Amino acid sequence: MILRFANLEWKQFFRSSYWQKSVALNVFMVIFALYFILIFLGLGLGLYPLLKEIYPENDPFVMVNRFLFFWILADMAMRFFLQKLPVMNIKPLLILPLKTSKILHYVLRKSAVSFFNFLPLFTAIPFGIMLLVKGYDVLQVGTWVVLIVVITLITNYLNFIIESLSSKTELSFLPIIALVSGLFALNYFNIISFEGLVESGVNAVIEQPLYLLVPIALLVGLYRINYASLKENLYIDQSLKNKTKEATTTDLKWTRRFGSVAPFLQLDLKLIWRNKRPRSTVFILIMGLLYGLIFYPNPQYQDMQWLYVFVGIFVTGIFMINFGQFIPAWDSGYYKLLMSQNIKYKEYLTSKYILMQMSAVIMFVLSIPYVYFGWDILLIHFAAMIFNIGVNSHILLLGGSFNRKRIDLNQRAAFNYQGTGAVQWIIGFPLLLLPMLFFYVPYHYLGFEAGIATVIILGILGVVFHQKIMQLITAKYIDSKYAMIDAFEQTN
Amino acid sequence: MIQVNDLSKRYGQTTVLHMPNLHIPKGQTFGLVGNNGAGKTTFFNLLLDLIKPTTGHIEIEGIQVNKSEAWKPLTAAFIDETFLIGYLTPEEYFYFIGELRGINKADVDTFVAQFEELFNGEILGKKKYLRDLSKGNQKKAGIVAAMLGNPELIILDEPFANLDPTTQIRLKKLLKTLTENMNATVLISSHDLGHVTEVCERIVVLEKGEVIKDLATSAETLKELEHHFSV
Repeated sequence: MILRFANLEWKQFFRSSYWQKSVALNVFMVIFALYFILIFLGLGLGLYPLLKEIYPENDPFVMVNRFLFFWILADMAMRFFLQKLPVMNIKPLLILPLKTSKILHYVLRKSAVSFFNFLPLFTAIPFGIMLLVKGYDVLQVGTWVVLIVVITLITNYLNFIIESLSSKTELSFLPIIALVSGLFALNYFNIISFEGLVESGVNAVIEQPLYLLVPIALLVGLYRINYASLKENLYIDQSLKNKTKEATTTDLKWTRRFGSVAPFLQLDLKLIWRNKRPRSTVFILIMGLLYGLIFYPNPQYQDMQWLYVFVGIFVTGIFMINFGQFIPAWDSGYYKLLMSQNIKYKEYLTSKYILMQMSAVIMFVLSIPYVYFGWDILLIHFAAMIFNIGVNSHILLLGGSFNRKRIDLNQRAAFNYQGTGAVQWIIGFPLLLLPMLFFYVPYHYLGFEAGIATVIILGILGVVFHQKIMQLITAKYIDSKYAMIDAFEQTN
Repeated sequence: MIQVNDLSKRYGQTTVLHMPNLHIPKGQTFGLVGNNGAGKTTFFNLLLDLIKPTTGHIEIEGIQVNKSEAWKPLTAAFIDETFLIGYLTPEEYFYFIGELRGINKADVDTFVAQFEELFNGEILGKKKYLRDLSKGNQKKAGIVAAMLGNPELIILDEPFANLDPTTQIRLKKLLKTLTENMNATVLISSHDLGHVTEVCERIVVLEKGEVIKDLATSAETLKELEHHFSV
C-alpha cells in the first residue's frame, strides 16, 4: 500500500508542469541541500576539537549537551520556515475502500524520512565516532546518538502541530516566534533554566539508557496528537463549515485616482484581504519590520554598513518579495477570464507594480524609527526603498512571466499548504544580495556616500525607464500566455 | 461574424480539431454538439485565443484572434467556473466585468436587476462570495456576467449542465430574446440535444474533431440527431 501511495506522489511531482519547467530551481534546491549537509558535517567533525579548545577543563561530551537546548530551538525555528507539512491530496482517496488510518499513518510516517530529519545525523554521527575514537563508552555514545534521533523526530512532529495551528488561526509565524522566543527568554532570564533541564535530562539518559523510554513516550504522544488532529480534518464538512462567513464589501474609492488601473488594484486588494494565503504575506510585514532589531542594536555589526543594505532591502521589500514572486499565479484561478476579457496586459501588470511600490513606501515610513540607531540607517533604508521600487519590483514582474505554478485560492480542504517552503525564500536571495554588492563595491573603494549614491542611482534609472521596462515585461507575458494558461489549468 | 480558415489543433500525433472552413453569420444562434472529446471546448478555446492553433486561424469580424486583441470588446464568454473570481461577491464580480466593458455601476445594477427571476433570490444581496455559492448558482452568475454590456458575440460552453429544470427553461427563453432583440451572435455547446434544437437555428455536429453534420434546425432535426447519436 505504502508503495502505491509513494507511486502516486512520485507521479504527481514529476508530471506537474511546474517540475518540467523549473529544472533550474530544482537544481538550485539540490545545491542548497548539499550546502546544508556540508555545514552540518563540518559541525560534526569540528565540534569535538572546538569544544576542547573553548572549554579545556570540561568534558566535550558533557558540554555538548549544555547546548542541546539551543540546538532544539534553532531546529524548531528552521523547520517552521523551510519544512513543508506532509501534503497529500486525500479527497479522491476517501471514498475508496481504504482504511483512513492507513492513509494517515502513511502521511505522518512519510514526514519522518524528511531531509530535515537526516541533517542532524550528519553532525551527531561524526561527533559520536570522534567520541568513540577518544575512548568513550560505546553504550553511552550509542544511547546519545539514538537520543538525538528521537529528539529530532520530536521536533519534527511538534513542528506539524505548531504549523497546522498557525495555518488554522491565520497568524502565520507569530506562534513559532512567540514559542521560540518565549522559551529562550524564560531561559535567558533564569526564570526556568531549560538549558539545565535539557542537560541533566540528557545526562541521565546517557547514564541509564532505560530512561530513553521517556523521550520515546513523548514522541509517541506527539504522533498520536498529530494523528488525531489529521483525522479530525479528514471530513469534508470541516471545509464546508466556514461557508457561513459573511462577505463584507468595500468599494475602495481611493483607488479611483489610479485611473484605468483602478479595477485591477481593487481586485488585488480584495485578493490579499479575502484569501488566507495572500493575507499571510501581510502578517509577514510585522516580522520584516522587526528584522532590523537583530542587527542595528548589535555593536558587532557596527562597522558592517554593507550588511545594513541587506536589512534595508529586506525591511522595505518584504511584502514585495513575498507577494511579487507569485505574480501572476495569484490570479491563476481565473486567468482564462482575464485573458479573454477586454483588458490591457500592461494595466494588469501596472496594478501589481503600484501595489509593490506602495508597500515599499509604507514600509520605509514605518521603519523611520530606526533612525534612533543612526542617521546612516535612515539613509540606507531610503536608498533601499528606491532600489526596491526601481529595480527589484521590475525583476519580480519579469520573473513572474516564468511562473507556471498554480495557486488554488478557493481550495479549503485540509492538507492544503501549497507554496510554503524553502523555494519561496531562495527566490528572494538574489534580490537581497545584489543591492548589497552594488553598495559594497563603491563603498569599499570610495566610501559610504558613493555606495548609497550607486544604489539610489540604480533605483532611479529603473524608475526613469519604467515605461520601457514595462513594455519589455508585457511582451514577455504575452509570449508566454498560452503556456501560462495551460499550466494554471493543472490542479497539481 | 466568425470565419474559420483551415483551422486545426494537434497535440503530438493526435488531431483534436480539424475545421477547414466554417462561417457563422451575424445574429445566428449556433449550436455545437458532439460526444466527449469531440473538440467542442477546444474550438471555443481557440476562438478565445486561449490555446494556439496548429494551423490556420479564426477571424471575428475580420480580426484574426491570435494577432490582434480588438475582438475582445465585442466578445463575451463563460466556459467554466475558472471564469469566475471566487473571492468576490456576485455584485462585485458584475461590477468588475462591467468596468472592463466600460459600464458604470448604476447601469450594471439595472442590467442585473432584470435577471432577478433567473437568480431566484439566491445570488444578489446575499453577502456571499462566489466561491461559496453552489455550482448552479455560480453558473448563473457567470452566464449573466457574459451578457453584460451587450456583447455582439456570446460564447457559452455547456450552459444547461448543472442547472435546475426551471432555470434551464428560463435560460432558453433568455437566449432566444438575446438573438431576437439584440441581434447578438450566440454560440453554445451542449450534450442535451433537446435544448440545442430548441434554442439554436443551426447545429453543427463534431466527431473526433471533424464537422460531420451542419444542419439548419427544422422539425426533424431532433430526430435526426437522436438517430445519429444512438449507436
